[in-house]
Amino acid sequence: MEKLNGAKQVVRVLEDLGVDRIFGYPGAAVTDIYDELFDSKIAHVLARHEQGAVHMADGFARCTGKVGVALVTSGPGATNTVTALATAYGDSIPLVLITGQVSTDLIGTDAFQEVDTMGVTRPVVKYSFLCKKPEDIAKNIRKAFYIASTGRKGPVVVDIPKNCQNRSYLFDYEKNSDISIRSYNPTVFGHRGQVKRAAAQLTKAKQPVMLLGGGVVQGDASEIATKLARRLNFPVVSTLMGISSYPTTDRQYLGMIGMHGLYEANETMHNSDLIFAVGTRFADRATNMVAKYCPNATVVHIDVDPASISKTVSANIPIVGDARTVLTQIDKELDELGFKDPNDLSLWWKQIEEFKKKDCLKYSRKEGMIRPQEVIETINRISNELKLNPVITTDVGQHQMFSAQYFDFETPRHFITSGGLGTMGVGLPAAIGAKFALPDANVFCITGDGSFQMNMQELAVCRKYKLPIKIFILDNSVLGMVRQFQTVFYKERYSATNLDGNPDFVKLVEAYGFKGIRITDNDKLESTIRDVLMAKDEFILVDIITDTNTKVMPWLRANGSMVDMMLNEEEK
Amino acid sequence: MRHVISILLENEAGALSRVVGLFSQRGYNIDSLTVAPTDDPSLSRCSILTTGDKWEAEQITKQLHKLVCVYRVSALLEEAEGGIEREIVLVKVNTPNKNARDEVKGLADIFNSKIIDVNAEIFTLEFVGNSSDIDNFITTVGKLAEVLEVVRSGVVGIAKGNHFMKP
Repeated sequence: MEKLNGAKQVVRVLEDLGVDRIFGYPGAAVTDIYDELFDSKIAHVLARHEQGAVHMADGFARCTGKVGVALVTSGPGATNTVTALATAYGDSIPLVLITGQVSTDLIGTDAFQEVDTMGVTRPVVKYSFLCKKPEDIAKNIRKAFYIASTGRKGPVVVDIPKNCQNRSYLFDYEKNSDISIRSYNPTVFGHRGQVKRAAAQLTKAKQPVMLLGGGVVQGDASEIATKLARRLNFPVVSTLMGISSYPTTDRQYLGMIGMHGLYEANETMHNSDLIFAVGTRFADRATNMVAKYCPNATVVHIDVDPASISKTVSANIPIVGDARTVLTQIDKELDELGFKDPNDLSLWWKQIEEFKKKDCLKYSRKEGMIRPQEVIETINRISNELKLNPVITTDVGQHQMFSAQYFDFETPRHFITSGGLGTMGVGLPAAIGAKFALPDANVFCITGDGSFQMNMQELAVCRKYKLPIKIFILDNSVLGMVRQFQTVFYKERYSATNLDGNPDFVKLVEAYGFKGIRITDNDKLESTIRDVLMAKDEFILVDIITDTNTKVMPWLRANGSMVDMMLNEEEK
Repeated sequence: MRHVISILLENEAGALSRVVGLFSQRGYNIDSLTVAPTDDPSLSRCSILTTGDKWEAEQITKQLHKLVCVYRVSALLEEAEGGIEREIVLVKVNTPNKNARDEVKGLADIFNSKIIDVNAEIFTLEFVGNSSDIDNFITTVGKLAEVLEVVRSGVVGIAKGNHFMKP
């Protein structure tokens, strides 16, 4: 058996696990690992902040389904990753973070750059390991990959004390990769009886709706979900995280549900007699008040996480299992039932066509003023024309909701957004991670002037690697989403939402050697965006000055049902 | 409604903090908690007494089960329905004179409680029972003698009959 030191084993096990790129930031407690990386075929991307590094690994994971990997040092290196870990945890993204730790003999002595990383990160990770001896390293990293990428996915931390990486202590490298953890056995196959019951129920529904969540995207279940939806002729809606799981231009797709969901999507949910929910946790932003939620619906709920079933909305037919596997089981069960043509759902579809006539995303144009919706619509339209099939990353706020509402997606994993945690600052680093993962893809980061400033230091990574990402800042000089609340619920008292003091974003990217363009006029919008999208191999930041007073609509009223919607920007 | 949640978890660093963290993180109460290694030293048995409705107990059980370090979980039934609960209490009482000593000794006999430590002026009693027996014991002793200290172990529980939690 090969004998290797601890630091080398870290690198070797990552290589053996098929990792070709990691994101990180060095420091005293990981210098041995960095030294070993120097000779490794694993490419390392030096972020400019540990949060950025983990968001990059997250973006990498979201658009490939592979486990994202990040490496940081102890103490502040580890604490800087907390927001990014929580972001990945909130959306169940497979991620392994390796953190350095002070030597085992110093643990508990308040040593330099010591922090209880396991303790600090515990509530925001799926699991964590502290390697107390060098022999734990390879085994724990393998377990971390297994845990991160199975069941309900999530981030896992492996904390490695400095002395365990010691270059002079050589020991056996365990090549065997069989991992079994007796206390962790995620369910893959759905219970046969439940699958039968569900299939029978699906064929009986008169007003069904299929609700797709992030689990469909992360569980690679889009194809079978699409097949089943078409077979059953069900209308399809998705949560924010479920966007891109189903082709948005398809006849059966009604759009996003929830707080800023589309009128027809929310109405269809509310009036349904059966919700066929897959890979969703019925989060508060997606249901509004649970007591008033879809009063006539029977709920068939498929999720890999048993704790997400009947947590908020109680399920009539719960099925625990992997989304793709269970949907395939249901498809087969329909065969066995001799299911040929869907129930006549024409009345239901007729009603849905009526909902659509509301045209809830229409907005008025203002002379000499760019509306944010206009920007997204334009980028989308030109992308479609040029067949760019972009990966869209967003930050959090109004621009995020407009992106969710107006963009078309044909390919799963092409919409990257922080849904669960709602982390501002994720857009740029996630775009960087996505560009590394899919070098041939067109990667656009749609952001706001608030969010962008939360991790704009990562422009240095774009510069170093000449990453041809396009950044579109919907720049309204305010924190638009909070301001929208203040306008409606706080008598226009705009407390701390004005972003006076913003830099000149065009000059900012010029300082990094990039091209920046500002658009202030509707007349220039179309032509400038077209030019930018045609420049495939160039990094360009577009700073678009947009209307400050635009509100995201529709907007669910608090404590109401899914149809208690404000539709008009003037409504209060 | 009270529930005794019984957990078999990996006997490893940080496992207990994950269990306890889950309770505080999700806003569940811990009324008592006991933990010790089992006959298989790689596993610990943890018993948590909590209060909540049936839905809450189910949520707690599911969330606990989701923890990677948790091997088995069950919510034990109430005593009447097939659960058994026991708790131990140690009570230190002031017995400055013969009268007090006789009273306490007599009471200990009635309750089947043991006197496990004695000096001239202080008796220490041990008593085992379910939680309400223990409440009753402490109150009664308190009426006869001055109670100096009470130490309760917290509840441990097991199912009756042929139901058992095995690795």
